Amino acid sequence: MSVLLLAGGHVLAGSMVSAFDIGALGRNFWALTVDGLTYGSIYALVAVGYTLVYGVLRLINFAHSEIFMFGMFGQYATLMLLGFSPSGNAYQQGTLMTIVYLLVAMVGGMAVAGGAAVGLERVAYRPLRRRGAPALVFLITAIGASFVLQEFVHFVLPKLTGGNLGGVNAQQPIRLVQATAQFHFGNATVNNVEIVIVVAALGLAFATDRFINATKFGRGIRAVAQDPVTATLMGVSRERVIMLTFLVGGLLAGAAGLLYTLRVPSGILYSGGFILGIKAFAAAVLGGIGNLRGALLGGLLLGVMELYGQALFGTEWRDVVAFVLLILVLMFRPTGILGESLGRARA
Amino acid sequence: MRRSTPRLAGVALVMTAGLVLAGCSSKSTGGGGGGSTSGATGGSSASSSLSIQPLVQVDATGKKVAAAGGSTAADPAGDGSAKCSNISIGMAGALTGPNAALGTNILNGLKLAVDQHNKANAGCQVTVKQFDTEGDPQKATQVAPQIVSDTSVIGLLGPAFSGETKATGSIFNQAGLLSLTASATNPGLTTNGWNNFFRGLGNDNSQGGAIASYMKDTLGYKKVCVIQDDSDYGIGLATVVAKTLGSVAVSSCNAKVKTGDKDFSAAVQLVKDASPDAVYYGGYYAEAAPLLSQLRQGGVTAAFASGDGTNDPEFVKQAGDASKGAYLTCPCGPAPDKFAADYKAMFSVAPGVYSVEAYDLGTIMLKGIDKGITARGDLVKFVSSYDGAGLAKNYKWDSTGELASASTWVYQVK
Amino acid sequence: MSTETVTAPAAPHLGVGDRIRLWWDTLPRQTQWLVGIPAIVLIALLPVLRPPVLTTVGTDFGGVLAQFGMYALLAIGLNVVVGQAGLLDLGYVGFYAVGAYTVGLITSPDSPWRVHGLDPHWAWLAALPVAVALTAISGLILGSPTLRLRGDYLAIVTLGFGEIVRLLADNLSNITGGGRGLSRIAYPVVGTSSTRPTGVFSAGNTAHPVNSGTAWFWLSLVLIVVVLTLVGNLERSRVGRAWVAIREDEDAAEIMGVPTFKFKLWAFLIGASIGGLSGALYAGQVQFVVPTTFNVINSMLFLCAVVLGGQGNKLGVILGAFIVVYLPNFFIGRTNLFGIPINGNEIANYKYLFFGVALMVLMIFRPQGLFPARQKLLTYGRDVYAAARRAATALTHRTEETVGEAR
Repeated sequence: MSVLLLAGGHVLAGSMVSAFDIGALGRNFWALTVDGLTYGSIYALVAVGYTLVYGVLRLINFAHSEIFMFGMFGQYATLMLLGFSPSGNAYQQGTLMTIVYLLVAMVGGMAVAGGAAVGLERVAYRPLRRRGAPALVFLITAIGASFVLQEFVHFVLPKLTGGNLGGVNAQQPIRLVQATAQFHFGNATVNNVEIVIVVAALGLAFATDRFINATKFGRGIRAVAQDPVTATLMGVSRERVIMLTFLVGGLLAGAAGLLYTLRVPSGILYSGGFILGIKAFAAAVLGGIGNLRGALLGGLLLGVMELYGQALFGTEWRDVVAFVLLILVLMFRPTGILGESLGRARA
Repeated sequence: MRRSTPRLAGVALVMTAGLVLAGCSSKSTGGGGGGSTSGATGGSSASSSLSIQPLVQVDATGKKVAAAGGSTAADPAGDGSAKCSNISIGMAGALTGPNAALGTNILNGLKLAVDQHNKANAGCQVTVKQFDTEGDPQKATQVAPQIVSDTSVIGLLGPAFSGETKATGSIFNQAGLLSLTASATNPGLTTNGWNNFFRGLGNDNSQGGAIASYMKDTLGYKKVCVIQDDSDYGIGLATVVAKTLGSVAVSSCNAKVKTGDKDFSAAVQLVKDASPDAVYYGGYYAEAAPLLSQLRQGGVTAAFASGDGTNDPEFVKQAGDASKGAYLTCPCGPAPDKFAADYKAMFSVAPGVYSVEAYDLGTIMLKGIDKGITARGDLVKFVSSYDGAGLAKNYKWDSTGELASASTWVYQVK
Repeated sequence: MSTETVTAPAAPHLGVGDRIRLWWDTLPRQTQWLVGIPAIVLIALLPVLRPPVLTTVGTDFGGVLAQFGMYALLAIGLNVVVGQAGLLDLGYVGFYAVGAYTVGLITSPDSPWRVHGLDPHWAWLAALPVAVALTAISGLILGSPTLRLRGDYLAIVTLGFGEIVRLLADNLSNITGGGRGLSRIAYPVVGTSSTRPTGVFSAGNTAHPVNSGTAWFWLSLVLIVVVLTLVGNLERSRVGRAWVAIREDEDAAEIMGVPTFKFKLWAFLIGASIGGLSGALYAGQVQFVVPTTFNVINSMLFLCAVVLGGQGNKLGVILGAFIVVYLPNFFIGRTNLFGIPINGNEIANYKYLFFGVALMVLMIFRPQGLFPARQKLLTYGRDVYAAARRAATALTHRTEETVGEAR
């Protein structure tokens, strides 16, 4: 056995060393950072949905990744309704109209995702809350809902739309924007798509932060997160707050759906939300679940570290890097980098 | 939500600012079409004219071979006088789950052949029995005994994937049931001593060797990045390609991606860093299309080549203009127009990867049935001594179940 | 956990389930075995008898039951972690993978770690204890740093661990065979005959009445009984009481002197080794392992089996496992059901849709699972149950009479 272990160890060491490449990281540092921030801001938007729901309900909404997927389909359907046909190539519509179409598509995606999130809350979670079900039951329901939403797009949607939406293959892309380099710094080329994604995502995240911290509705959400019973006694409608929370999370996921498809046009697939959802959830936990700014920080950090990790260890280590980072952070800060604090962390 | 307008206005402002940038650049690339209000549909470009065109037929060392020609392909209709009863052909593969697209292509190809046969031969109605493995080896072990115990099934088209074939091969072998695969390309499958197993296409070795030699010798590339996914198929193909390329394959950009990935930023950076003449991808179109788009977006202009897993109309649809000029190989010949038209008429989709092989292999089994074969063992014997042309190529097997002469077609997206 | 307690005289109405449960709980251990053994034998005979309707049409019933056997073991193991100790583990598939891969690495000819010189007839059996031991160690490795985390943080870390195991198997191709998998894994070669040249456990054995799937199902049934006995005894011991205490209130348990970390680690270790045992069965039956088999979705399915059956109840989770494995197979290949013609294959396309709906509906109408665990009296339980049953039945008889008249 010891000989065996020795031999195995040798193989292990060999394969690890050959993969370790600090030069690749150094040479591509800025380019990787730009890409990482782009994906990170999408993770962040989706992570906010997880974090808000968790903050209010202490529930891991596993079906949130499908809400994101619905957002992708929502914006795609909106573009089709506007008269765009899938061509796989970029449309040249001029500046103003591109903006208008993008905004309309984003609103469409947000509407579909927001509607799906609220619907999910109504159909799946509310009856459970009425019955005071334990947390694990919510989780299983979320898994069930996740199956239902995916299979709906997989099998039912193509029947309803005559094969135009859904099905086994990814949607043929409708590209509104052609990625073109805007400026350089270091060896990084920043293109318009990346700028749009980062600016829009940060803008939305900032707006959400303001919404939670500076409006009446936001105060309601924070109150329920902090102490649901007292908040109810003080006249906050808990059901409304919960619905609002799902709505905000869904809207952001829908917006993320559009931004993601700008970057990955052929990612519109029934199973396309799953991996991203898990990553976004990991990002939320990384930053401190229940903490809005934590989700933002976690998303950006995860996006960037994943790419650095791939440059260092090889592209196949992407997800390993993400999960190891998560585990390491939780070892030293058991409630995430910024800690839980939508209301205040419970003991 | 609706009433907190000041904040929303702020959001809108920020987003508009961002989107203006997008708009600016679309103008700078476009040149044409300055924001006409009715022009949403007018902006479509030339991608609809792109398609996968056959370029050249090569042997395992990348040398050009003359097209076989001459012999006409076997027709499933036969002479219309076949007599048989209660005979069926089984099909095993992924019909649901993430890999369902390939399984469906195969099933449809077989159904088309059987349909043409049954229409021509009123006295011999063959049925297709489909068995869904979901591409999962354990599911396959549950399905295989059902196939074996269904005595009306005298021949099997499948299993579709190498993994499930590894898990179930001994079941079919012990039952003496003909197992003709239209898609499992792992070279190891024919080394198990299964005398009932035949591969209807060249394995990874022949296809990978051919394209690698073609890239190195004919196209004259000096630096090639080999990228692979984590499927049995992709790993096998990329390994053979890298081995044949030898020093031409650059190890620093040998990126490995996962099946299901859509975002390849790091791989693009690696390739950009190495600035190769060409990129070879071993894997399926679902990943190849976004990979190629992102390579082009990242400013990589190197040529792109891939195997039969990418040789699907869906690849061109999803990658759009980025797919232009891509080299795609396939051990399969181009499908004749009539086949494509018949297929489209029956299933209202275009034939995909492995549809032609499935049709040909189905036809071979039907030929045997038309000869009056009713026993499983006789069909195995019939296939092992079969020699005839199909739509895609000439079918004749050696003693291990590999095609005797496996030539590879190189296609290009034009 | 549960709010209904059988001893409460204020609840005179006893459902069928309650009656059976009370009856079962009052039986002496010997009688329980006397009733239990024929029941187990009956279940074991299912793939041989192949009862109509219940038998799957499109897939081999023996094979489906073999998978059920593996899932049942997994559910029992996961139940120790989730149901007994209350630790949410979303990466349980990792242990399944470690078990399967250990057997694969030791016995597959593709593996660089293959132990040469093992008699191929018994290589699987020799690898089995190694698989269980290594999985237990992997449980320790995962558990010792992560069990400081609570609740949902533990959930995401275990989820990460499950993914890391799969990705390591995928990426370290010169150690584990990578994405190509390990084939020709050993299986026990026993019962060879002219119709079964490679023994009953070989995948090639399709002869009736005992085909390969049935043989594996029987083997897993034996292991299930052994594991249930062990876990049942643990449950009634100090360890089991510590788990319940941790599940109900970890802080209180700690203060009352329960070394919570140690017992949580025990739960992890025991759960992991049962998962590894199941993985070893998988490797032997399928004779082929590949990383994609062990993705996150499977972890979710295992968890579904536990919660569906009723977490904390060992027998309930076995039923949950049956539902999770059996349901997607039910419609495949069926052309009629109770005389009504249906197109089973068409319906089977929607199997995961139905599965998802079934999960949601069951959770809404029966959030505690089909057979929920009751608060159990761990010492002198039987005597108390006997007394309670007498009281409760007397009470219901009386109330049923009055209620009946009132209606």
